[in-house]
Amino acid sequence: MSGAHAHGSAVDSLFVEAESAVHGLAPEAKLVALVGFVVAAALTPRTSVWAFGVYAVAIWLVVFVSHVPVRVVLRRLAVIVPFVIFAVLIPFIGGGEQTQVLGVSLSVDGLWAMWNILAKASIGATASIVLSATTRVPDVLTGLTRLRVPRVLVAIIAFMMRYLDLLVRQLGRMRTSMTARCHDPRWLWQVKPIASSAGALFVRSYERGERVHQAMLARGYTGTMPTLDRRPATAVDWSRAASLPLVAVVTLIVAVVL
Amino acid sequence: MSCAPLSVSQLRFTYPGEHHAALDGIDLEVTAGERVALLGPNGSGKTTFVMHLNGLLELQNGAITIGDLVMSEDNLREIRRRVGAVFQDADDQLFMPTVRDDVAFGPANLGVAGDELDRLVVETLERVGAGALIDRSPHHLSGGEKRRVAIATVLSMSPHLLVLDEPTSGLDPAGRRELIDLLVSLPQTQMIVTHDLPFALQICPRSVIISGGRVVADGPTRELLADTALLAQHRLELPFGFDPTRV
Repeated sequence: MSGAHAHGSAVDSLFVEAESAVHGLAPEAKLVALVGFVVAAALTPRTSVWAFGVYAVAIWLVVFVSHVPVRVVLRRLAVIVPFVIFAVLIPFIGGGEQTQVLGVSLSVDGLWAMWNILAKASIGATASIVLSATTRVPDVLTGLTRLRVPRVLVAIIAFMMRYLDLLVRQLGRMRTSMTARCHDPRWLWQVKPIASSAGALFVRSYERGERVHQAMLARGYTGTMPTLDRRPATAVDWSRAASLPLVAVVTLIVAVVL
Repeated sequence: MSCAPLSVSQLRFTYPGEHHAALDGIDLEVTAGERVALLGPNGSGKTTFVMHLNGLLELQNGAITIGDLVMSEDNLREIRRRVGAVFQDADDQLFMPTVRDDVAFGPANLGVAGDELDRLVVETLERVGAGALIDRSPHHLSGGEKRRVAIATVLSMSPHLLVLDEPTSGLDPAGRRELIDLLVSLPQTQMIVTHDLPFALQICPRSVIISGGRVVADGPTRELLADTALLAQHRLELPFGFDPTRV
């Protein structure tokens, strides 16, 4: 058994320790706010450029209130890079009306599509980053339970989060032991050991599943997860969390009506 | 009928599809407050035996009595409350997102809820010296901490009998010593499966050796460990230089 404080734990690595109004909010309020905000942003017509300005200002205000360092948010925004690359290609390959930018012919429709993807992806991602940086995974799970997400579903997510790390570490140990015996795969025909280690990992996980189930039975589990609920969201939590999606929904309505 | 915390008679068990009996007629009685070490080589049937005490394997032959309750489908719930089983790999035992939820899992299944549950969780963690870990997630704990919390997850169900499977495995010497201090301080009757013979000698006045699915020896730990022929016969070995008669 190694390591007291496992480094790079996949589960809590996203959480940024800080004291802030955002950290203190009840998780279910934050979840609802996130979904509301992202949906409003996604429904906004792409031509209402100013509306996206409002969303950006709103979510970045939340970032500042949350005391999550700006560079952390920017670094994590890297997850949208694949979308960005794809989006940037669209004006070059798009058809229809063309416009000249620095002597290159670009599709007008494509430019709008690019803008649409960039704006919505970055706003949605920033909002998700704020949630994950200010809410611990167990709290997110509690929030989901309080939002009446089926208990079985929450339990599945909880088990996945609990055992993902263990699985990744096990895989790491298997790779180390392969490397230690000079396994250095470069070509497709060298894939066999990797395939068999995936198989071994599956069997081990299955066995662990059995053992965990027995440990649960031994403590009186009869098929339903017990409710372990504590401080639910207060009216203050809800009203504070509502401010973000409220701004977004008002903006959306104005953008659609205008 | 006796009211010993644990009484086992003529327990036999064969895994489906196998010819050899994993347990071949075990008789054992444990009196209240005893700490008994269960010794034996790998494959001797120790774990199979432990699984029976909690009704995790269905009784095929023989009888198990926990206090005044006979092992049966109807009594399973109460038996699982009375027998706290701590498994070898703490990662199997700790499956909830936080230490708090894990310790609450058992009592919550028994219907404890609200403030009473909260208080119980805090008290139990204090009892094992892990009060500060309450809001941590299990994968951030050291081996010794995991073991303490694993014990807390069953203590919170107020068991009469604690069954621990290889509790010292994977612990560093300090973690092992802290575990010993904890176990000695608990009032529950304890049955400890272990390969760690010095550990057995240190905390269990009585030992039972299981080999080939039978009880082959049952007596004071010091006497059993001094019997080198007996140990050798059942693939048990003391660490180099360790003399049980001089400890």
